[in-house]
Amino acid sequence: MAQTDRRDAPGLPDFSLLKRLARDQLIYLLEQLPGKKDLFIDADLMSPLDRIANVTTLKQHEVDKLYKVELKPVVSVSDQLCFLIRPRIQTVKWIADVVKSDKAVGRFRRYKIIFTPQKFYACETVLEEQGVYGDVTSDEWEFYLLPLDDDIISLELPEFFRDNFLEGDQRWVTTAGSALRLLHFLFGPFSKVYGIGRCAKMVYESWREQVEDGEKKAQNPDIGNVFLIDRDVDFVTPLCSQVVYEGLVDDIFRIKCGSVEFGPDVTSTDKSLKVMLNSQDKVFNEIRNEHFSNVFGFLSQKARNLQTAYDKRCGMDIKQMKAFVAEELKGLKQEHRLLSLHIGACESIMKKKTKQDFQELLKTEHSLLEGFEIRECITYIEEHINRQVSMIESLRLLCLLSLTENGLLPKDYRSLKAQYLQSYGIEHLLSFANLRQIGLLVEQQPGETLTVMESKVGKLVNDKTAGKLTDAFSSLAKKSNFRALSKRLMLIPKTGEEYDLRVPRDMAYIFSGAYIPLSCKLIEQVLERDGWTGFEEVTRMLNGHEFAVTGGNSGTETRNKTDPQRIILVMFLGGCTFSEISALRFLGRERGCKFIVLTTAITNSSRLLESLLDNQG
Amino acid sequence: MTRAKPEDDDWNSSKIHAFTFDDDDDEFTKLKESKRAVSSILVDDDDDDDDDDDDDVEKVSWSGEPVGSISWSVKETASSIRSGGEHGFPKINTAPSLPKQGSGYSLSSLFKAFSEASTRVYAPELRKPKSECKDYFSDWSPEETVKRMRKGKVYSLERFRSLQDKLLLLDEAVSAHDGNVITAVLIYLKKSLSKELMVREIALRHYVHYLKEMEEQKTLLMQYKEHLSIKDENQRRDFLKTCMRLPFSQDDAIHVQDHYTLLERQIIIEATDKKGEAEIFKKFPRKASILNMPIITTLYYSCFYHYGESEGTFSSPANIRSTFRISEKQYILTALGARAKLKSWFDVDSLFNTKNWLGYTKKRSPIGFHRVVDILQKNNAPVQVLKDYVSLIDDAELKLSLAQKYKCHDIVIEMYRDLKDRQQLIVYQGKVERGSHEDRKIDQLLGNMQIRWKN
Repeated sequence: MAQTDRRDAPGLPDFSLLKRLARDQLIYLLEQLPGKKDLFIDADLMSPLDRIANVTTLKQHEVDKLYKVELKPVVSVSDQLCFLIRPRIQTVKWIADVVKSDKAVGRFRRYKIIFTPQKFYACETVLEEQGVYGDVTSDEWEFYLLPLDDDIISLELPEFFRDNFLEGDQRWVTTAGSALRLLHFLFGPFSKVYGIGRCAKMVYESWREQVEDGEKKAQNPDIGNVFLIDRDVDFVTPLCSQVVYEGLVDDIFRIKCGSVEFGPDVTSTDKSLKVMLNSQDKVFNEIRNEHFSNVFGFLSQKARNLQTAYDKRCGMDIKQMKAFVAEELKGLKQEHRLLSLHIGACESIMKKKTKQDFQELLKTEHSLLEGFEIRECITYIEEHINRQVSMIESLRLLCLLSLTENGLLPKDYRSLKAQYLQSYGIEHLLSFANLRQIGLLVEQQPGETLTVMESKVGKLVNDKTAGKLTDAFSSLAKKSNFRALSKRLMLIPKTGEEYDLRVPRDMAYIFSGAYIPLSCKLIEQVLERDGWTGFEEVTRMLNGHEFAVTGGNSGTETRNKTDPQRIILVMFLGGCTFSEISALRFLGRERGCKFIVLTTAITNSSRLLESLLDNQG
Repeated sequence: MTRAKPEDDDWNSSKIHAFTFDDDDDEFTKLKESKRAVSSILVDDDDDDDDDDDDDVEKVSWSGEPVGSISWSVKETASSIRSGGEHGFPKINTAPSLPKQGSGYSLSSLFKAFSEASTRVYAPELRKPKSECKDYFSDWSPEETVKRMRKGKVYSLERFRSLQDKLLLLDEAVSAHDGNVITAVLIYLKKSLSKELMVREIALRHYVHYLKEMEEQKTLLMQYKEHLSIKDENQRRDFLKTCMRLPFSQDDAIHVQDHYTLLERQIIIEATDKKGEAEIFKKFPRKASILNMPIITTLYYSCFYHYGESEGTFSSPANIRSTFRISEKQYILTALGARAKLKSWFDVDSLFNTKNWLGYTKKRSPIGFHRVVDILQKNNAPVQVLKDYVSLIDDAELKLSLAQKYKCHDIVIEMYRDLKDRQQLIVYQGKVERGSHEDRKIDQLLGNMQIRWKN
């Protein structure tokens, strides 16, 4: 339980600086609009904002009232309106409407938009087209990085995934590059950068150009190595059910910006409770990376220890009692509170999981990963659909089937799709089109090799008819080659051997010993061999776009493993899951290094799939 | 918003009235930048275009920095130094995997099915001779222009007038991988080109996404998607009818037609059921309307409220089943759920009853009987009903475990008897009620000398 670090493991850099920087810049921007003003905040910016500033900070800088951006007419009576938003056309259109309706009634106000983390040309064009360009001033709040924990930094840009991988819009590439530049500036210089994926390559280039143009400084780096990875390199891992505590809590209760809301069923009161989940929570910190099956035992042991500690009170004299109350009681009470909370969460998880036959679901998932009894799996999924069990779960299983089998047989595809539409609504046609385009749920191309596929793409490229275009897009979605990759990288541990989940022997423990996450395995292997040499077969199956580059004069440094060399920043473009973070923490403990996860957002199967749905107006 | 910056006069002699609402000019950066700028100016004298500009008009760059402000100038000069870099990282090839040649997609083909070869070079005389370009930034190459756009510096797209120049500009933007700049160029092209536009695949996707966000253009599926924003069911139905004319693939066309038919039926059913006159509606009042529900939900509803109606009526399960080509398995599952919910065990039985040619009744199911048991149990079926279905499970192990789970004692006892497993039977006796019928039955069996127990 709660494995300890190797003694020689390096410490993590202090990322609270990032929060300070963001806060200071926000204050500066607010001061640019002197006087009382009302502040409108994008709904998805509220939690990130909460992590770095509070209402008092805002009030101190003459923010009068706070509103959530709801795209409705405003009720504010303030003379100055400030909008703190993500650069989205829809929001800017709404602001233009606000300005125009004020103008229509002859009302004069000052308007300022603060785009974060950056503004987009398209947004300003909207202002121009709506004829309010001069009426509204705009600024950028370069709030790229939010430290969620000691080793997790998030860009809090969930739309990165859909924009980049589904829509093919590269608007966030520069943003990701800038985020990297900031870390490089504060905690670098980096000496080695590895990466895989189309987006990873572009982000690397963007970062490199920004660094070239910017200033250089000589300092001792905190972070030596960087690994960039595209989410579409590994779709299988985020689609698996999470069984490590933190991941499970995220799957069930949804952790939002490092905090979770536990309902009455967990708190055993009539109130819900919002709790921060991070390394500050001592109880959580010990169980977050554990397989769920160990958590109960650990918590009950903890509870017994706590009882013993409380019991010490009996037989104390007044002086001892006084010391106990002053020194220990507060800590014990705190621990008591946390313990009962996590025990409540565990109970609630157990209840929910038993109800949905979790065991059988996991069995199906493992069969899919192993490529074992696929027909039975299809029957299981079909029944899932027929019985209208969770819409997202059914879709998740379908995608896992498609990814692990390199696509569905045409007749299976047609039949499962038809049944899905019957069970969950025909408007999911749109979702299926999206999933096909991104390559998550596709039809098998019988007997088609990669080269044939390429020549097909080549042909389509010359074809200018509308119908073929969509085909061309979907053909660009790469084949997953999961089975071959899994064999080559030995992702599935041999069956039949007992896997002791209490003493994990590899990263597979995060999936009950059934599967080593592809993403983390790649990271492990590439770091181990210091590049991609000898991995040509693997990278070909992953659609290439791999790189490993060394910075200027750091050649000598990379050889000997200095502390910064053992601090590795892993950037997930398109999101990463808590399970992957747990796996990397495990890897770090094994290898005496530390991983810092930089992600565009924390994701899980539901978030990933929901971002691809189009079933709502 | 404007703030005078006195420092400006110190070294920039232009007449431009400087102001800034730039965001990164806090004291610290300013100091550093100025320092760097001063030192860099000494080594940099080939970039004097910026200094001899005689324009009186304030030029504001994209990021809002006025041309000529300190931070603007600093950036101008700084960017012209190419840093070799102590920590210089190598450039890597980021060209898209598609071949460059012949990768021209036509935007117009996507929306208007119109296209024409466009790579032909436009007559040079149509372009303004270089000498005429007085404006100081008009000579910026596509590369320089894109670079400036990416850095948020002042730039101009006006000079890119010929189609070829426009495409060169677009290509440059695409190869810089900056989606923001790609979209910016596309917006300019959209404004300055009437219809025909040949672009790369990557640019096309940016353009499509932009139009989607602007709600200007709709692809096939997006047209269909529009139905989701129509609240009135009759209007929605009529809209879906128009969608049936869209050129969907064969499979999808069937789904869209189903969608129309479904809503049409739901509207008819809803009109009658809303009144709730039949007995069943009084006994089990509806919780929600049936409008816009999926097909299977509609079937369940129909099995719940309209069971036994003749196939001729739209609301009957049989009609829905045949209209939407619902498989037997799916039908049985849904009907089973609905009838079990109503505790109509007779209906449940008749779902599985089949008569063979000799007239014997036999139970047959397209889904495993363990699933049937599961559904019945979830609907609180009594043991008497459950045991009939548990006994039909093929897999002995599964049968035994479910029989134990749902307390179908007779089945368990009989199975142990058949297995001649005396030990297990003794163990099981502890689980049944003392003196009960089952208890006696076990005693009887254990006392039966005829059975050859295996243990």
